[in-house]
Amino acid sequence: MENLLELKKVEAFVQHYHILHDISFEVPKGEVTVLLGRNGAGKTTTLRTIMGLNRVSKGSISFKGESIVGRTTFDIANSGIGYVPEDQGIFGGLTVGENLRVAMKKEDEKTTERLEWILELFPDLKKFWKKEGGQLSGGQKQMLSIARAYVNENDLLLIDEPSKGLAPIMVDKVTESIQQMKEQTTIVLVEQNFMMASQIGTRFYIIDDGVTVHSGAMDELKEDKQSMKKYLGIS
Amino acid sequence: MNLRRVETSTWIYLAISFLLIFIPFIVTGRSMQFIFIQIFIFAIFAMSYDILLGFTGIISFGHVMFFGIGAYSTAVTLGRMDATIGSFVLGAIIALVIAAIVSLIVGALTLRLKSHFYAMLTLALAGLFLVLAEKWRSVTGGNDGFTFSLPEFFRDSETMYWFSLLSMVLIFFGLRRFTRSPFGRVLMAIRENENRTESLGFQVTYYKVLASVVAGVVASFAGVLYALSLRFVNTAVFATDLTIDVLLMTIIGGVGTLIGPIVGAGLVEFAHHWLSGLADVHWIFERWIILYGIVYVLVVIFFPLGIVGTIQSKFMNRPVRALRTNRKSDGKKENRKGA
Repeated sequence: MENLLELKKVEAFVQHYHILHDISFEVPKGEVTVLLGRNGAGKTTTLRTIMGLNRVSKGSISFKGESIVGRTTFDIANSGIGYVPEDQGIFGGLTVGENLRVAMKKEDEKTTERLEWILELFPDLKKFWKKEGGQLSGGQKQMLSIARAYVNENDLLLIDEPSKGLAPIMVDKVTESIQQMKEQTTIVLVEQNFMMASQIGTRFYIIDDGVTVHSGAMDELKEDKQSMKKYLGIS
Repeated sequence: MNLRRVETSTWIYLAISFLLIFIPFIVTGRSMQFIFIQIFIFAIFAMSYDILLGFTGIISFGHVMFFGIGAYSTAVTLGRMDATIGSFVLGAIIALVIAAIVSLIVGALTLRLKSHFYAMLTLALAGLFLVLAEKWRSVTGGNDGFTFSLPEFFRDSETMYWFSLLSMVLIFFGLRRFTRSPFGRVLMAIRENENRTESLGFQVTYYKVLASVVAGVVASFAGVLYALSLRFVNTAVFATDLTIDVLLMTIIGGVGTLIGPIVGAGLVEFAHHWLSGLADVHWIFERWIILYGIVYVLVVIFFPLGIVGTIQSKFMNRPVRALRTNRKSDGKKENRKGA
């Protein structure tokens, strides 16, 4: 299967700290690739490095066959990557409507259709259209963040810990929404919640101390109790 | 335009603008008309500052330089050429072009860096323009400045009043449309968090530089009107005090609201006039700036989002556009984030 994104032996620093030592993985088109690992393993830094928010010091990252190392964040975003950051990344002082409309590169028929689809998926966003983003609940903020990344026709979505801090019922809702989205776009998901990750993901990579240490099909990992205990602390 | 789709607030602003047209018939005293003219001019100046601070989150300590460029360009042109409408238009065009070029250069040099570089460079450049105005006596008249003749059209104070009012109203609606456009939404997103905006695919520096140019050009037009209203210009138009005044007008009125700076300009100018006028009652009123400081502290305590911002937030259930300090810290936190 064609790889949409490829990272090869990527190293990156955050300020003076060497966080990523050897990250390599491939994201096949049309699949959900899950990055797993303990807190501080380097999962968020990996996504930020793909987006150009951290500089790559060694290694290569290619998207749709072209290197994106050294390119600016806005250029990477414009090449077709949507990013949902860990802290949701919504604009607290803008209304829900403005948060969505600011992300729409153009307000044409196709984008409007996507917006309508996403509003059907997250009816709360329609209900609170004129409410400031900062006044939404954690779950609603997460929905807004995902919706904002989805509203443009991106080839790849990078989603960082969408279940973080959410009540179980909201986690189910977010899981359901990502499952619907995966029919239409390729996704890289960083997730601590193994239950959620295993429901959505097709393949996985485990990152430990800035190194990709294990990979395979998600169904295999569910059976591999030893690896789950060793790398994720799940017994 | 579908009239049914026009917002209620637009009708209210238009109604107030319409009522203001009649002020010269009610208030015939020249000094009171002059205060209104000053309010309109400073309202334009403060709105230009609001584009920077309120909508884009850029702090400038030298915004006055654009105001001074406008004032001197008009005064020098009218002082050296015949006092005609043509000379005025030429002077205004020169003012706007110089302001656009200076703001473009300053913005391009500094806005890719952290915002305090812009603040410091504008402060330094405003100082440079002040020194230039002091030393280039053959053109500027130095500290003493110079007077000049106005075109016949502007000699009447009522005409000057209506022209300033019309300018303020047109600039207000123009800037309101600008801030509500897709471009304006990106500016507000930048104010909230630059990294996030860039992650959505926007070249943040480009938007910030253009916001700086718009703010510079509008401030320069306020300077054009200021010179016309005084028929005189001196180096005071480059004084840092004016930047502080306009910053306070914007904060008191409500940052990021556009209407707030107009309210702030009105309050500050009227406070200045009335408090100074009470000098006969007690000497403290001669030092009106002390009382003004107290008013400012009270406003910050009781109206933390500015007068308009607080009213919109509390009573009209409107989203608050005002800049909050915690939003900046969001960005810093994100930048520092490790694994």
